[in-house]
Amino acid sequence: MSIEGRGSKCHCSSDTEDKMSRRDFLNLSALWTCVGAWVLTTMGLLKFPKPALLPDPSRTFKIGKPEDFPVGTSKILDDKKVLITRDAQGISAVSLVCTHLGCIVQKEVNGFSCPCHGSKFDAQGDVIGGPAPRGLSWLEVSQVPGGKLVVNAAKRVAVGTKFTV
Amino acid sequence: MPIKKFFKNLIELPHTFLQSFIRHDKPTSDRARSHVVFSNFFLHTISTRIHRYSLKPTFTFGLGVIAASSFIILCVTGVLLMVYYKPAVNLAYDSIKDIQYIVPSGRFIRNVHRWATNIMIVSVFLHMARVFYTAAYKKNRSFNWVIGIVLLALTLMMSFTGYLLPWDQLAYWAVTIATNIAASFTELTDALNITQVFDPGGFVKILLLGSNDIGQDALLRFYWLHCIVLPLVLVMFLGAHFWRVRKDGGLARPEHLTDKDLEGTPKDPLSDKVFAHAPQKTYGLMCLVKGKSPAVGRSPEQTVSSWPHLMIRTVALFMLTFAAICVYSYFLDAPLREMANAAVPENPAKAPWYFLGLQELVSYSAFMGGVGIPTLALLGLALIPYLDREEQEIGRWFDNKEGRRVALVSFFFTAVVVIAMLVLTVSFGWLRNWFPKIPQLIITFVNPGTVLLSFFVFWSFYCMAKYKSTRMAAIALFTCFLVSFVILTYFATYHRGPNWNFYWLHSQWPIH
Repeated sequence: MSIEGRGSKCHCSSDTEDKMSRRDFLNLSALWTCVGAWVLTTMGLLKFPKPALLPDPSRTFKIGKPEDFPVGTSKILDDKKVLITRDAQGISAVSLVCTHLGCIVQKEVNGFSCPCHGSKFDAQGDVIGGPAPRGLSWLEVSQVPGGKLVVNAAKRVAVGTKFTV
Repeated sequence: MPIKKFFKNLIELPHTFLQSFIRHDKPTSDRARSHVVFSNFFLHTISTRIHRYSLKPTFTFGLGVIAASSFIILCVTGVLLMVYYKPAVNLAYDSIKDIQYIVPSGRFIRNVHRWATNIMIVSVFLHMARVFYTAAYKKNRSFNWVIGIVLLALTLMMSFTGYLLPWDQLAYWAVTIATNIAASFTELTDALNITQVFDPGGFVKILLLGSNDIGQDALLRFYWLHCIVLPLVLVMFLGAHFWRVRKDGGLARPEHLTDKDLEGTPKDPLSDKVFAHAPQKTYGLMCLVKGKSPAVGRSPEQTVSSWPHLMIRTVALFMLTFAAICVYSYFLDAPLREMANAAVPENPAKAPWYFLGLQELVSYSAFMGGVGIPTLALLGLALIPYLDREEQEIGRWFDNKEGRRVALVSFFFTAVVVIAMLVLTVSFGWLRNWFPKIPQLIITFVNPGTVLLSFFVFWSFYCMAKYKSTRMAAIALFTCFLVSFVILTYFATYHRGPNWNFYWLHSQWPIH
């Protein structure tokens, strides 16, 4: 290789531009094999921190028989964070988890309010003030054989949906 | 006789052993002390001689050293707390209570750990402000500024992950809010109605919590991040940060210094000396020292020995920091509420004070306040040295009269705009209160937070046009950032009560 005062040209390139010495070729292949191995290993590990099985309690839960909720009932299930209401049209379940940042909203005379950032919802759960991006979730209510009612907290239904017993 | 030699060696053992690990003479002269600094692993982070200007108290205020000192204190107390702390949901709270009430001096150590966090965060912010306002991010120091911003982010993450560990009400709800902020990309995908197919928010949340809710997995992940991952990463970045300060030729300083500039700084016999045999040629020291090569034909003037001048100041700052934290910890206990209860939120559920400015923004829009604006702010801060590349004198507070003027005017501009915005929001609400049916997408992009941001950006461009200088624009924007951060933090700390309502005083909060 000729050095022609053009700065320190790397001597890993050979006389002609497109010809590479065997040594350089092997060195470079070794290097890229290392890089490839590392990249593939890292990619293989990428899924590691995402749990394959969530440890959460089931989001579908039984709440009791329809008789436990006579017409006119409005009952908050603290541990499930839902409000169960029964009126003439049927039974409905509304999630009490604020759609803003996950605090538990409090039932007020005519709606709900969130203690964390002051979101306000009307009796239907629609937003009337504060930072909540959408209304409270109405959850699917169904009945299993044997008569018990089941709420599926993972499944949102249209506002006003009621399960007729 | 070998046996004789053996006994001789045995008698000399203490001496030879000492000599084998201390590889220099007694530090009795400047030269010997320089040799110690040069050859000792721990001391070689500092140079043997340091410029007098770098020791000027009113130039640095020792903020970097204070931040590093509080980090050391946090490491030591943190390691001590790990002896008794148990990262399990049914044990964590009780173990903190044990530390607080039973473990000998446990309460004091926990207090020190808690209050040192405050000192670290305040000093990191002020250190950043010092570096910015003295233009010390220029002249080859750009990347060290970026490392500094990474360190700022790491510091905040350390504090955030530590907040969950006591597993009390305060921790549980502040972290619920914070992780939902991290997941608030959902606000945007919900508004676009694509969450079912594309949900980066939910993914981040599961990655952070190991679950959909805060539980055992979340506690363990936070513990792991707080005690292993983040400290390790932080230490590595800190090492690089120090290394670069050293390799960039010490702290930034003006090229032309007057006697007045050096008033109140130490001197030694060599400071003013001009060597007869000063170098006549310059060498870039193995390409390691960036920027201009050492002076030609001049002595290393206006420098003093790092030992004792720098060392004594560093140790003094460490001791002062430690003493202040100790006094604070003696009188004030770290907060500990009732045990975490997933059914009843704290009201108000406030994050630690340094996150409250963000929480105020979050109370306008979760995504913009919690993700959008902070990301823009951090990105903007990191890119300052690349967007403002003006050649200028570095190492002077606010550069000159003009800089001082821009900073002052920006201060008043920001104060007025932020306070006006808060008054407006508190008294009249925002779009949702006026038009209940308004689409969320509009609120996400037009809320008090984004309006403030656009005011600041506009102001910065105005200053750029008026002074024809990117540095002045940077000063304007940085001042806006700093002042709004302080005002919002103050406002959310003292004037937000239950339901995030406005109260003049804490004593006006309703009782429930």
